Amino acid sequence: MIDGSKVGLTDEAATMPVERGKIREFARSCMSDDPEYVESPSPVILPTFLTTVNFWMNSETSPLAQVGLDLRRLLHGSQEYIFHGPPPRAGDDLTFQTRVDAIYEKEGKRGGTMTFVETVTEFRDAEGTLVAEARSTAIETGKAAS
Amino acid sequence: MSATWDELVEGAGPQSREYGPLTRTDFVRYQGASGDFNPIHHDEAFAASAGYPSVFSVGMLQAGILAAYCTDWLGAEHVRRFAVQFREQVWPGDHLVCSATVAAKHDGGDGRTVDLDVLVTRVESGGTAIKGTATFVVP
Repeated sequence: MIDGSKVGLTDEAATMPVERGKIREFARSCMSDDPEYVESPSPVILPTFLTTVNFWMNSETSPLAQVGLDLRRLLHGSQEYIFHGPPPRAGDDLTFQTRVDAIYEKEGKRGGTMTFVETVTEFRDAEGTLVAEARSTAIETGKAAS
Repeated sequence: MSATWDELVEGAGPQSREYGPLTRTDFVRYQGASGDFNPIHHDEAFAASAGYPSVFSVGMLQAGILAAYCTDWLGAEHVRRFAVQFREQVWPGDHLVCSATVAAKHDGGDGRTVDLDVLVTRVESGGTAIKGTATFVVP
């Protein structure tokens, strides 16, 4: 059972450097053929690269960790990235902050109550301008798969 | 090279692309790259303890493959929105096909943009792994 009082929980802002090697590694893991990821000294990120903010979050104090999802019953429901201009590129520093936006329940098709947790992470550039947003919906199923 | 405005036709899209068979190594490479170390994607005993027949792929891996398929076509610097819903899980041995279709073209005061419907299909089962939408600017 997930505690609905966690809605609105926000972590402290922190900074994530956007690094060329990480961009290249990530693009390769996503099977990109774009030579920019091999040749360019400052490639643009793949849209889903912002998920590597994982490495810059405090895994114990992040809002999603505090919600306390059970990894055995965790599914990823949906994911959205919005860019308010050209996406970041290698050499940029992004300040990010995550909040729990919503927690709600639905009855699952196979029985059991599913709990949905929506989080939003905002990314700002060195001037404080909002450059990107990531919205994620995690689902904790009512019971383990069988 | 990115597609030009005139090459973008509603209802049409680039050639689909097949990937796979996806392997546990692909899952682990993605987990290392992304920083998502949920053991359900690489630890067979953990996956079994959760009731699954084996480990399964990270949803964000097939989302990333789809994102790269789209940006390889229209240019990574041009994407403004990328949104996916995860449907069926993807398992070791699955082949995947990425496809994209132009849903709408907008030529307004803010410049030209194109909305896409995007899809990841599992070849062996015919099921949908990911259904999504994306928006790119078109210079």
